[in-house]
Amino acid sequence: MLLSSGDWTAIWLTLKLATSVTILLLILGTPLAWWLARTSSWLKAPISAIVAMPLILPPTVLGFYLLIFLSPNGALGHFLANIGVSPLPFSFTGLIFASMIYSLPFVIQPLQNAFVAMGNRPLEVAATLRASAWDRFIHVALPMAKPGYLSAAVLGFAHTVGEFGVVLMMGGNIEGETRVLSVQIYDHVEALEYAQAHTLSLLMVLFAFVVLAFLYATQKVNKQKANIGSW
Amino acid sequence: MNAINIRLSRSKQSRSDFALEVDLTLPNQGVTALFGRSGSGKTTLLRCLAGLEKNHQGQIAFNEAIWQSEAGDFLPVHKRPIGYVFQEASLFPHLSARDNLAFATKRANKEESVIAYQDVIDLLNIASLLEQFPHQLSGGERQRIAIARALLIQPKLLLMDESLSALDEGLKKDILPYLEAVCSNMSIPILYVSHSLDEVIRLAQYTVIMDQGKIVDQGETQYLLGKLSTSRYTYQNTRFMIIGQITQQDEQWGLSTLSFGQHSLMISRTHEVIGDTVKLQIQARDVSIALSANEDSSIINRLAVYIDDISHNEADPNTVLVRMMAGKTPILASITAYSAQKLNLTIGQHVIAQIKSVAVLR
Repeated sequence: MLLSSGDWTAIWLTLKLATSVTILLLILGTPLAWWLARTSSWLKAPISAIVAMPLILPPTVLGFYLLIFLSPNGALGHFLANIGVSPLPFSFTGLIFASMIYSLPFVIQPLQNAFVAMGNRPLEVAATLRASAWDRFIHVALPMAKPGYLSAAVLGFAHTVGEFGVVLMMGGNIEGETRVLSVQIYDHVEALEYAQAHTLSLLMVLFAFVVLAFLYATQKVNKQKANIGSW
Repeated sequence: MNAINIRLSRSKQSRSDFALEVDLTLPNQGVTALFGRSGSGKTTLLRCLAGLEKNHQGQIAFNEAIWQSEAGDFLPVHKRPIGYVFQEASLFPHLSARDNLAFATKRANKEESVIAYQDVIDLLNIASLLEQFPHQLSGGERQRIAIARALLIQPKLLLMDESLSALDEGLKKDILPYLEAVCSNMSIPILYVSHSLDEVIRLAQYTVIMDQGKIVDQGETQYLLGKLSTSRYTYQNTRFMIIGQITQQDEQWGLSTLSFGQHSLMISRTHEVIGDTVKLQIQARDVSIALSANEDSSIINRLAVYIDDISHNEADPNTVLVRMMAGKTPILASITAYSAQKLNLTIGQHVIAQIKSVAVLR
């Protein structure tokens, strides 16, 4: 048998984490991306910077601050403890929260680009066709931004699967709770179990390749459609 | 009161911006053209009417309904009973032509529906295009679908913003007949923004001329174009209109006689029959002036007219624009200042206006 039960647990946990994070980010990221795409407020620059920060910061820095911030003695952690929420560090829920911040730019930016690219005209047209603001968003903006949503979902998912530093800082290494694939591979290497590390690493390489190849293939198709869709 | 009342003002906010200062009452029937060069504010005015521009002070009333008031009332775009045809075809790329039309029919006011689906399909000849997606259609086809969509929302006022300007000349020729059909078959008022004199002449009974954010003149298209002051806004392209009935047809020479008032013109014959109303446009530079009715000329159209107004062309001091009246129909001639001097033309003088038949456009 190639994979141990511990490996399978790690794979399952990783998929569960990435799926939850992607779904939550798509839902919560939509209003933020919409606002960033349309606003002319001075707040746009600082908010964009905060959203993009995880791209630059070492994951350990991000994980460190989240740990401090969310620990029962930290600002948010103290508040959460007061309202009866169990501590987030070293828990699966905490990992979701940390991963959402870590993967935020990978979801926000494709969505924001999609909303910017469609421009204001389709929404104006829809308004002259008696569509209310909500109607315009659901029946014009969302379907037109579909390629953006696809990119955002794929990138958000893949990036969450690949995270390591934040997990280690925030989640630790608890089997079935926070021991995701990347941590599992690290453990194998630490224990000199190179064969198992190889198997999992190869899986990750294949996964990354398939995801990116899919993304570039669909982007090409969508670009062709967009070029001739409006004039 | 059945009319469209617009009073809007906006001062210049930045250098690239321009001011708009408009106080206008428009007829609530037929086709009204907003004519002016680009940057004259005509599109902005149309967008204000639609509710797409919010930062203009003023009042907009459509019949009894207030769409915008000084007090700050503002009816949002999707609650105004308008149809809007944008400059470039603005079909939703993710929907087929049929679904683009369905987007309108689903949201149209069913109780006040007066425009029948099949009529619109036939009028714009789009039945064979409905299964296509926008990227599979030509520019002209897309614009026809966009016009159909704007009609199917059952508007009480149709706004058209330079609806042909994004098309090349060949396509324009293809679409104009459809637009003429829409303009003459629809009972709703249409406001048509254009910088093309040809489109204005073909489509609009009433014309408003705009320049630098202000209304400079307005009136029935034929009489407005017959005014010398209008030529300032038509540049080298000064032309006038003759509207008349076909009263005679000559098989041998392929000519039709067009009568207007006491006057008549011979024009080359096309598909029209006796009794049809025909609208002609003639360039002022294709009209010459003679002092006597000399018959020894190849020009068959000679109208006994009197000079009503003379002005120098501001753009070209060597030419003179002369307005003559053939009954109630104004005739314009663009001639050299030298000829005007030589013939000693004066206001009130009776002269002969000569028009080449081949110069007649329709």
